[in-house]
Amino acid sequence: MVKERSEKKAFNVKLFIAQYGVIIGLVLIFIFFTIMKTKFISVGNVLNMLRQTSINGFLAIGMTFVVLTGGIDLSVGSIVGAAGMFTALVARAESGQPWYVAVLVGLAVGLVLGTLNGVIVAYLRVPAFVATLGMLSIARGITFMASDAKPVPGLSQGFLQIGGGSVGIIPIPILILAGVLVLSFVLLYKCPYGRYVFATGGNAVSARVSGINIKWITCSVYMISGVLAGLAGIVLTSRVTSGLAQSGDGYEVDAIAAAVIGGNSLSGGRGRLWGTIIGFLIMGVMNNGLDMMAVSSYWQLVIKGLIIIGAVMLDSLNENK
Amino acid sequence: MKLLEMQGIEKSFHSVQVLYGIDFTLKSGNVHALMGENGAGKSTLMKILAGVHRYDKGVIRIEGKEVELTTPKHAQEMGIAMIHQELSPIPEMTVAENIYLGREPRKGPFVDYKKMYEMTEELLRSLKVAVDPRAKIGSLKVADQQLVEIAKAISLNAKIIVMDEPTSAITDKEVEQLFLIIKDLKTKGKGIIYISHKMDEIFRISDDITVMRDGHYVNTWRAEDIDNNILIQNMVGRELDDYFPKQKVQIKDTLFEIRGFTQQGKFEDISFQVRKGEIFGIAGLVGAGRTELMHAIFGLDKPDTGEIYLEGKKLTIRKPQDAIRQGIAYVTEDRKQEGLVLQMSVAHNITLPSMDVFKRTGLITSAKESAVVKKEIQDLRIKVHTPRQQAGNLSGGNQQKVVLAKWLIKHPKVLILDEPTRGIDVGAKTEIYKLMCEYVATGNTIIMISSEMPEVMGMSDRIMVLSSGRLGGILNRAEFGQESIMKMAVSHV
Repeated sequence: MVKERSEKKAFNVKLFIAQYGVIIGLVLIFIFFTIMKTKFISVGNVLNMLRQTSINGFLAIGMTFVVLTGGIDLSVGSIVGAAGMFTALVARAESGQPWYVAVLVGLAVGLVLGTLNGVIVAYLRVPAFVATLGMLSIARGITFMASDAKPVPGLSQGFLQIGGGSVGIIPIPILILAGVLVLSFVLLYKCPYGRYVFATGGNAVSARVSGINIKWITCSVYMISGVLAGLAGIVLTSRVTSGLAQSGDGYEVDAIAAAVIGGNSLSGGRGRLWGTIIGFLIMGVMNNGLDMMAVSSYWQLVIKGLIIIGAVMLDSLNENK
Repeated sequence: MKLLEMQGIEKSFHSVQVLYGIDFTLKSGNVHALMGENGAGKSTLMKILAGVHRYDKGVIRIEGKEVELTTPKHAQEMGIAMIHQELSPIPEMTVAENIYLGREPRKGPFVDYKKMYEMTEELLRSLKVAVDPRAKIGSLKVADQQLVEIAKAISLNAKIIVMDEPTSAITDKEVEQLFLIIKDLKTKGKGIIYISHKMDEIFRISDDITVMRDGHYVNTWRAEDIDNNILIQNMVGRELDDYFPKQKVQIKDTLFEIRGFTQQGKFEDISFQVRKGEIFGIAGLVGAGRTELMHAIFGLDKPDTGEIYLEGKKLTIRKPQDAIRQGIAYVTEDRKQEGLVLQMSVAHNITLPSMDVFKRTGLITSAKESAVVKKEIQDLRIKVHTPRQQAGNLSGGNQQKVVLAKWLIKHPKVLILDEPTRGIDVGAKTEIYKLMCEYVATGNTIIMISSEMPEVMGMSDRIMVLSSGRLGGILNRAEFGQESIMKMAVSHV
């Protein structure tokens, strides 16, 4: 029978590059920058780079869940701003609230906005692109109103530790990111929920016939994206030490880019979380390295765009499509 | 005259060889059937002919001249038209737009819509296909979509027409229509390559028959020189007795009852009972409302009225989850659209509806899952390299077995099968029939929708015939007959 013959499949170089090319890319980029600026590979720089990238990391992980169901969340940047702003208002030293209350507020804002997205997309059947585009505007508007367009400084010391502090030499944001990653891996690959996400994105009709509540699954991924955006907002506000109404502006692009570079298909049902990790690492390394080389930020934008396109082209070599 | 000669065709996909030197000749005015189990290589051979794949070795001659078929468009220009097994029309475009896609009649730089609709109307009329050229093709029944597909191939004025399972989604009435069209094409000197698993059709319509097995060429005969048994033996390489392995099963009391199911525009006042150990067939013309009825029973759709009783207890089913929880399973009509998540692995597809069994404290118990999957693959003889293989890469028959496995592990009391052997080869069909018999022997019941007369008569204990959404009648096994079923099927049309 045909099956026995194909056990001896030759090593397919094209397939390997399509699937793992991004890792090779990351390594090559890393080596490149190290050659250009030896300080690049210093512990201090790497840790700093990871601290900066953690923001995008949270967003990219949330975006992965959404993209796997075939959806998209354009509002994450605005949710970062909104959550960050409300967190800042509560985290002010003068409010007398402990830092964890501020954190809870931030996560709650993310959850509420994310749930709104989820309900509108899953139950009111508004296409994700449109719904989250609307939320992008709404959340940003709320943020400006809440702060009266003025920065909110004077945050409590305890709160500032979140973004600026470290445990030993490891920055706290990285620890939080690691924790989120572990939870996300377990949820996506070790829990039935993860299977349902892949199934809903791969073929919603089949998923429904199999008894999966596709409306709930669809709604839930936006809730996850919202909470993680809230978390990103908390960390960002803590790092820049004040609530800024425009913070997070445009962050959705980097989040989507990270997911896409990592090999997640925007049409849903196909993707990998480790890919997203490589995705935001590549972007973080690029940002950091190009800054070190004093490349103009406009050029950085061009390069970022080229990488996104290149990564997806690489992915199209993957014949399993 | 030899329209087509394929000699010594070899093909490999990444060092996996799938065709080992195939010979195939098609004469003008002839219907040449190409037969073989799923995975035999028939579709691959035809895709090479259609210009979709390039062959590695061999020669192709059209009307005596050697050709290189580089692209599908090139093959089309050479006079080859292919009607695929898996329909892929553009749903939002009209029938006419689909037929003339890529070769729309022009008026200067603009599309001449008036002419296009006229031409389509003329074409459909000449083939006696009653479809509105302006209708969106996505709104048509699958059967009509298939007829449009056939019309499209004919409109290409091809010399060589390949029909891959053309009758898989249509019933006897449309099949007769198709056969008339084919006879007409023969008189015009066209050559037709006919791929089908329906034996009776093959012997009715073909002049020659070629069998392939596991990528190898077996033999070619004149249809009149062989019979069913020889054909099956050559396809399968082993003897197959008892095509419909119906065993003696003790049929006990009522297990499942449907009362007064009505959904406006789809079906009206349908009631029936099914008993333990019984295979209950549901026959009828395409559009009779059989699938719609099952969708409503399973909770995929909401009926206007209707009651369901399982073992005497009234059930409330509002969504598939409710039905599944209470012991009903549904193997849908279209395995690719509704039965499988093609990008997921075979293993994950099989366990998808049963995750509550395979988890403990929220986490999936992989060992248990792998064991169950392995057992199902073995029991159902699903041909896979590894359970982690993508479901989309399997042949039709194996995909159907995966869908079956998915539901069988839930041990449903009521197993609903909607066209369970559509597009599946003889060997796999018999395996599925055996599984069905084994399944009801343990006191469960199977409801089987089938448009294949021999199948529904061979496997069912009783048959309910639906006609335009109404109950045409219920027949006992002793009363089975093609005429009586057909009479009931048209009774309300």
